Amino acid sequence: MTALLRARGLGKRYRRRWALSDCTLDVPAGSVVGLVGPNAAGKSTLLNLAVGTLTPTAGEIEVLGGRPGSGAAQLARVGFVAQASPVYPRLSVADHLRLGARLNPGWDDALARDRIRRLGLDANSRASALSGGQRAQLALTLGLAKRPAALVLDEPVASLDPLARRAFLQDLMEAVAEHGLSVLMSSHLISDLERTCDHLVVLIGAQVAVAGDIEHLLATHHRLSGPRRDPATLPANQHVLSASHTERQSTLLVRTEQPIHDPSWTVTPLNLEDLVLAYLSRPPAEDGSRRVLAAVR
Amino acid sequence: MIEFHLDAGSGVSPYLQLVRQVRQALRLGLLREGDQLPTVKDVVAKLAINPNTVLKAYRELEHDGLVAARPGVGTFVTRTLADATLAAHGPLRAQLRRWLAKARRAGLDEESIEALMTTTFRSTAAEHAAGQDHAGQDHAAQVHAAKDIA
Repeated sequence: MTALLRARGLGKRYRRRWALSDCTLDVPAGSVVGLVGPNAAGKSTLLNLAVGTLTPTAGEIEVLGGRPGSGAAQLARVGFVAQASPVYPRLSVADHLRLGARLNPGWDDALARDRIRRLGLDANSRASALSGGQRAQLALTLGLAKRPAALVLDEPVASLDPLARRAFLQDLMEAVAEHGLSVLMSSHLISDLERTCDHLVVLIGAQVAVAGDIEHLLATHHRLSGPRRDPATLPANQHVLSASHTERQSTLLVRTEQPIHDPSWTVTPLNLEDLVLAYLSRPPAEDGSRRVLAAVR
Repeated sequence: MIEFHLDAGSGVSPYLQLVRQVRQALRLGLLREGDQLPTVKDVVAKLAINPNTVLKAYRELEHDGLVAARPGVGTFVTRTLADATLAAHGPLRAQLRRWLAKARRAGLDEESIEALMTTTFRSTAAEHAAGQDHAGQDHAAQVHAAKDIA
């Protein structure tokens, strides 16, 4: 099976600042990938590299086996809904559908009209008259009716209220179920990603901090609590993400591929939010790989 | 027809929540042999969850022999859990009662009993999961090794 996303040493530099560096990723096709990270971590840069609106400074990237922006065939296979639901304020809903039909060879007009009807949007109203949720749904309609094999969305639900957000994700997941669509989307709302995604990429400071199948990530990260102990005395296969200590107790977040047999630990599973926060709140200096890379730069 | 729900704060993975809800419905007789489970599309559209999660849950139920997928039609219940487990409830309850009486005689109050139950339950579940995990990784390692050779 071709990969949804394959990156090798991918980097993007703006003048002297690397917005993304040494990014190596393998994500299987058919995945729904959540991309998380603090602002300016390189999320939008990675998404724009994936759709070909940016070109890499270093390394290479393939989406569904093709180079982003390499031609009409690749453009038809990968849809993009950029940040803040980009629609044309002065154009009507019907104009948007006409535009979509003209610009996209694989346009599914029945799907587009059916969605607009189900959403209860007036075909004659201008995009500027729509609510944030309706604009997001219109942008999603264009993205879906293009019938791409993969859809890339940059913070699609950021500005939506909870109800509109749920409706948006319901429709997106329905398209995944119905058309086998692959999805790559960034979001700050980890609880949404936990429901909708099967793959996670965490970007911090222009680099991939952790990436993988969500179930595997959750199965290999644990919270250990027990009598106070120096983390350096842990088995070599237990990688400590964070450690906090009281006089008598230690609480560690560890990543390990092996089961934890030490009976002195109380082992509890992490949820996705705990896991992401554990990576986001790590001081950069503790991370050997990042220090090395900074030195190379 | 069963209606699924998802408890985001439970710490239980979404796919496992779906599996448990079906098993629970089978135990309580809310789902019977021949009943249809909601289609993947319906579950996805209602809960806004990843279709692979639903597929995985249904596959596990199928693997356990509780449901069967009829291609193009849907997924149907093939077995009920009610009879088999209800029969076992009586003796287990009696044993549990005896154990609870012992625990009280040993001086444990309700909270201590509950804590003991929870931690024991959790640690045995974790051991069980760790064992399975280990087997899975061995398998993955073998697959990798096989690929390297190929």
